[in-house]
Amino acid sequence: MDFTFSDDQELFRSTVRDLLADRCPPSVVRAAWDDPDGSPSPVWAPLADMGVVGLLAPESAGGLGMDEVDLVLLLEETGRAALPDPLVEHSAVAVPALRDVGGPHGLLEAAASGDRFVGVGLDGATHVLGVDRADALILQHGGELHLVTVDRFSVTPVRSVDGTRRLAAVEWSPGPDSRLVSGDAATSAVALAFDRGALGTAAQLVGLGRAMIDLTVGYVGEREQFGKPVGSYQAVKHHLANALLEVEFAAPLVYAAAWAVANDTPDRSRDVSMAKATASDAARTAARTALQCHGAIGYTVEYDLHMWMKRAWALAAAWGHAEWHRERVSHSLGLAPDNVPADRNQREQTT
Amino acid sequence: MDLTLTAAEAAFCDEVAGWLAANVPDEPLPSMDTAAGFERHREWERRLAADRWSVVSWPEEFGGRDLGLVEWLLFEEEYYRAGAPGRVNTNGISLLGPTVFAFGTRAQQERFLPPMARGDEIWAQAWSEPGAGSDLAAISCRARRDGAWFVLDGQKTWCSRGGFADWYFGLFRTDPDAERHRGLSYLLVPRDTEGLTVREVSRLDGDPAFAELFFEGARVHESNLLGDENDGWGVAMRTASSERGLNLRAPGRFTAAADRLVDLYRREADQAAGADHAVRRDAVVRAWIGAQAYRQYTWQTAGRLVGGATIGAEASLNKIFWSELDVAIHETALALLGDRAEIGEGDPTAVDAGAWLDGYEFALAGPIYAGTNEIQRNVVAERMLGLPRR
Repeated sequence: MDFTFSDDQELFRSTVRDLLADRCPPSVVRAAWDDPDGSPSPVWAPLADMGVVGLLAPESAGGLGMDEVDLVLLLEETGRAALPDPLVEHSAVAVPALRDVGGPHGLLEAAASGDRFVGVGLDGATHVLGVDRADALILQHGGELHLVTVDRFSVTPVRSVDGTRRLAAVEWSPGPDSRLVSGDAATSAVALAFDRGALGTAAQLVGLGRAMIDLTVGYVGEREQFGKPVGSYQAVKHHLANALLEVEFAAPLVYAAAWAVANDTPDRSRDVSMAKATASDAARTAARTALQCHGAIGYTVEYDLHMWMKRAWALAAAWGHAEWHRERVSHSLGLAPDNVPADRNQREQTT
Repeated sequence: MDLTLTAAEAAFCDEVAGWLAANVPDEPLPSMDTAAGFERHREWERRLAADRWSVVSWPEEFGGRDLGLVEWLLFEEEYYRAGAPGRVNTNGISLLGPTVFAFGTRAQQERFLPPMARGDEIWAQAWSEPGAGSDLAAISCRARRDGAWFVLDGQKTWCSRGGFADWYFGLFRTDPDAERHRGLSYLLVPRDTEGLTVREVSRLDGDPAFAELFFEGARVHESNLLGDENDGWGVAMRTASSERGLNLRAPGRFTAAADRLVDLYRREADQAAGADHAVRRDAVVRAWIGAQAYRQYTWQTAGRLVGGATIGAEASLNKIFWSELDVAIHETALALLGDRAEIGEGDPTAVDAGAWLDGYEFALAGPIYAGTNEIQRNVVAERMLGLPRR
């Protein structure tokens, strides 16, 4: 039993954190809100050069040949920075899917290098992220996965509360030439893709939660009322301690889930669901706490907090919200009589 | 990172589980918070000690097996999974023990640790006073130097199982003129000390689990001073860190309780009058996930400790989490019981012999003892987050 990251993994995390602090400050996130084209952020290429984008691809395809345990801390850092690029869908889901089931010649290499962007749309999601920069999409059609190139789908943009998230409803027609995988292999590939997306999103939620707590700690340490910093009042301290509690206890569930995915353990999906449910709740608590402790300044779009908060809302709901994932855990424990509906449209999962 | 057990770890778990299966009493022991139950639990401590299972992480010379933190956590998981009796000497082996290893002289270690490990001497804490609860440094119980002796005067309270224990450990004011955190000394006091009167106080559940200690010229020899005279605060903080950190509440206790909650849901959900199953189920799963979160968090902490790190204010975060988790597990269980929630121990119709109500009452103490959770939140905010103290 060894629940530690290696020195190399920790070093990689701090290197990525430094890169993002330098090249993805809040002004870059804000610029992505204002970019009508949804183009890659200025830190996308440096992240690719560093190997983050293609980390899960084998070295023979230009990747680093690493696994989710290596990736999870980096994703957490991209959450902390509110990286505007759809890294989870591309790097944590599409790249390993292409690695596992194959694809058109050269696509895995181009995806690993960050030159081409591949988005993902599984059943249960009403929209696909990053379509305006996508060269191809991996889309689920019943029990199959298809690789659909940009000339084979049309899109209707959908507006997200988070202006950096370029969502669209996608129309396409499956054909034999677009089929990536079918049969039992597709069933397991779909399940794995979903778990990878939920895991990556959970990792980003932890980072978002940490960032919102840090931002708020800084603010309440300076903002004075009644002659002293508002952060010296117990009511504010206890709000922030509670938020930290949730985030700190979500993080190890996310790391354990990363290990479960990397090693494809029998409890993989359950572990991922525990992570996503807990991280979703923690990030939402951190967002609510951050807003409350900031007061009115946090309730503006001029101040940066809203970009982190809205990302947290979006990611908490994406890839299955907390209640949906807890329901999946309850099935794994044999507590619910029915199977989890294949449709992950969370709106129908309220009871 | 490798979250599987090594072959040696798995073999260790099997060995522990095998011993427990052969030795754990079939019937639950009577409450350790009664005079008779206390002695039954002492017998169980002796049974554990006879096969060297009472203090597995201690050095062999003091009755342990010299095992590391990982093995201790695995032992605790097996222990609670097997439904083994509560540990009546937890205050000794989990709190005072580590403090004696850290601050005791060689002579003190040889004097106090082996009988502690054997269950021959069972310890109770003596911290709080009528005027000093959360604000522990406000204690006024005096210990006046008289040659090789300390003369104690004053009152201690909320002393758990103090009516039955053999020894007490606590803080006493040895220099009343010093600044309040200074001038305190950490003393070990035998129950049979002349001038010490013990009065039992019934706890929320009706058991005589608390005691008040009245010291009137009680004499304690200086060989019972742990750490330096007037330097007891630092020694006490070591004990408090054990209490809030890993030592007192291993995750095995809560993962086992959460598993029993899941089992209760399976048995009871259909009978709970008017229960909304999805809502109830969500609460059950939430509690179960909470226990798993505590487990993974603890493995993470253990990894850091094995790597040479120390736990500081994180112990406060830890204490808030397990104490609130324990309440949540038991509240959820009582909700599943519907109107049978009020039927407790002693009534033949009580579900699981009233263990859930009993556990709920015990859990409610968690956010209060070991420093209230409000104090822990202050510690987290000030020392982990760096918020201004005032």
